[in-house]
Amino acid sequence: MIEMNEKKVLLFGNEAIAQGAREAGVYFAAAYPGTPSTEILEVFATFPGIYAKWSPNEKVALEVGIGASLSGTRTLVCMKHVGVNVAMDPLMTFTYTGVNGGFVLVSADDPELHSSQNEQDNRILGKFAKIPTFDPSDSQDCLDFTKLGYDVSEKFNTPVLLRETTRIAHAKSLVKIGEWKEPVRGQFFKRDTSRFVMMPIFAKSRHTFVEARTLELQKFSNEWEGNQLELKDPEIGIITSGVAYQYIRELLPNASFLKVGLVWPFPDEKAKKLAAYCKRILVVEELEPFLEDEAKLIGIKCEGKKYFPREGELNLDKVALGLYEAGIKEIKPTIKRGTEVLPRPPVLCPGCPHRGVFMALSKLNADVFGDIGCYTLSALQPLESLHTCLCMGASIGNAVGVAITSTEPKHPPVAVLGDSTFLHSGVTGLMDMVYTQANMTLVILDNEITAMTGGQDHPSSGRDLMGNPAPKINLEKLVRSMGIEKVEIVDTYDFDEAFKQIKSAIEFPGPSVVIAHRPCALFPKKAKIKPYYVKEEPCTGCGLCLKIGCPALSASGKKTAKGLDIPVIDATVCTGCTLCVQVCKFDAIDPITIEEEVTV
Amino acid sequence: MNENPITNVLVVGVGGQGVILASNILCEVALRAGFDTKKSEVHGMSQRGGSVTSHVRFGEKVFSPLIPSGQADSLLAFEAAEALRYCHEVKDGGYLIVSTQKIIPPIASGRRGLKYPENPIEECKKVCAGHVIPIDAEKIALELGNPRLTNTILLGALSKNLKIDETVWRDTIAQMVPKKTIEVNLVAFERGRNSEIK
Ligand SMILES: Cc1ncc(C[n+]2csc(CCOP(=O)(O)OP(=O)(O)O)c2C)c(N)n1
Repeated sequence: MIEMNEKKVLLFGNEAIAQGAREAGVYFAAAYPGTPSTEILEVFATFPGIYAKWSPNEKVALEVGIGASLSGTRTLVCMKHVGVNVAMDPLMTFTYTGVNGGFVLVSADDPELHSSQNEQDNRILGKFAKIPTFDPSDSQDCLDFTKLGYDVSEKFNTPVLLRETTRIAHAKSLVKIGEWKEPVRGQFFKRDTSRFVMMPIFAKSRHTFVEARTLELQKFSNEWEGNQLELKDPEIGIITSGVAYQYIRELLPNASFLKVGLVWPFPDEKAKKLAAYCKRILVVEELEPFLEDEAKLIGIKCEGKKYFPREGELNLDKVALGLYEAGIKEIKPTIKRGTEVLPRPPVLCPGCPHRGVFMALSKLNADVFGDIGCYTLSALQPLESLHTCLCMGASIGNAVGVAITSTEPKHPPVAVLGDSTFLHSGVTGLMDMVYTQANMTLVILDNEITAMTGGQDHPSSGRDLMGNPAPKINLEKLVRSMGIEKVEIVDTYDFDEAFKQIKSAIEFPGPSVVIAHRPCALFPKKAKIKPYYVKEEPCTGCGLCLKIGCPALSASGKKTAKGLDIPVIDATVCTGCTLCVQVCKFDAIDPITIEEEVTV
Repeated sequence: MNENPITNVLVVGVGGQGVILASNILCEVALRAGFDTKKSEVHGMSQRGGSVTSHVRFGEKVFSPLIPSGQADSLLAFEAAEALRYCHEVKDGGYLIVSTQKIIPPIASGRRGLKYPENPIEECKKVCAGHVIPIDAEKIALELGNPRLTNTILLGALSKNLKIDETVWRDTIAQMVPKKTIEVNLVAFERGRNSEIK
């Protein structure tokens, strides 16, 4: 039971990281949004006396953060796991320069791909960059490790990586919170050429520094009590980190444990102690055999991925099954299978401005090189009009490649990406499209927000993270300045006109751009409900309106004389975008007037 | 008495229905009752009409933030087909509290044979190892004059089978809902708590 006299609160891992940063006196935080990392900055931005900002992408966020650290400011930079790929270039050399103000980089990994394009394990990137890498197991760890991270960063002169996962970021557990510290803000940048100008002559000696630092960090890892060694049952010893600790600890409460909080450098001495004490060593971890490889490298005989899956998240059932297969649990856990129920995948919202673009592209049967954002959902039923999705910004390059190499293209190549994605990493792709004069069309879905991750501002949305107005990058001017002559601005709520313009852009010989402009129906403010309804009388049940994939429309259960489904509109969610009205050939959809609303 | 002293409550529904708010209130109640408490959910797609689940666990000491398969003491379902999707997670003698509301996803509107279940609640009764308690929370909410009250009504029904003092529930709800709606929320809670068990 909880001691009521302690000040404990329930926090998400992400809230605890923000709190930990604040307790460490962090002044500056930068990020690009991405599930499951986004809330860290959103929470941090609500604290007084700090500076928090969104950057256009993760590389810029990291670079701005490095600048802040160089000025002597304690700095936090956050991103999702794939964001670290984008930021890898500066990170790999920042590890050489080291920090002035303490620096923690948060990587939020997403095992099980709840909302990501892959499930890479970024503990490996921490090791690759040779920076101390923490792997918290609950919200308390998130707070403690973040806070400690700043001391480690400054003491060892290194950026620190805090790697969390979805089940840590988006799980609430009890946290003992402490006092906020006065934010640490640097005075000015002190020049130090041999440290900050990483040309070969200077970088070489910094590499030597990094290797020496690693040895120091190795000692720290063995001494630090956050790498918890608990010697109990001598039969079985567990090496574990992250959320996996919680599962195995619940299942084997009496085993001996090495709970690794700092996964790199690996606490080798502690692991050897565990191995000397226990007859058998099991490594339980999510995704890659990171700890297992580390343990094996120092000659510890152990098993891990032999019993516990490498793909997806772990849970109590998977870990219990692994224990059964390893002969540790006698009873095979039974996993109950549920009833097959029709899936309920996420869909474009009612009133989503992207819908019209994909209706048009589907009608034009274009090869659509897609990107990452809400619009990726158009790949699925019923729109099914997006044909690739790799990583942010890839759409344009992919389309350029296809456009310049295909000998017999079947369909016109069209790249489609959101405004936030365009600013993140589409601009350079566009340069290549102009440079090669690729015969293709780029559609920028300008909804004035980063919608997919919950409505964050970006350099063309007109606001900043701290709630101030900000200058708006003008997408049309930007595109024209690069030398695109054919630029069309369309309103996607006017389907016929939008269709006409998209068609004319596609037919244009050479590179063309369509900016589909219409604010998001959800962010920053939910679109007003201005509902429509289906008139049973002229409705023929042709089903065209259902094909636009609006969640406000469904089969009512009523049938026409010919036995076809008559659709119904859910008046509580219809925004009145009128796209269904525009596709209806029988004039069967009308707005609900006030009187009718009473009877509906 | 019980070899597993942890109480597991799974809350499910459709994005936008208030699943997360309900599980937040439940967590706060458990916390105030003096339990170690954890909850885990996956956001991200929740606003786009996808299916949403939230795991809440409380007891003397909770490790895993996720409920093991088939071990939910209670399943609180905001939508009938979502109840059917997860009702096998209820353990023997547990409870499924299910709102009779149906939300038919767009995917069921096409002509590709994906069908919304005919009678999800009857099917739950066949699959679920626990007691199935359907509640027409929408109707009660409308009677009380605010469709948003379904949340509190369902929590009221849930509260009956969780051995936590009613006053803790009432105090927590009073603190977590907008001031102007405290009275009506407490009435809604009571209506849910006293809703008939079939
Ligand atoms: C490198 C990287 N960073 C972040 C993300 C997370 N993410 C996915 S889509 C997206 C932005 C989508 O915004 P936008 O392009 O404006 O499209 P919208 O969702 O508004 O339609 C983000 C930040 C990611 N997948 N990859």
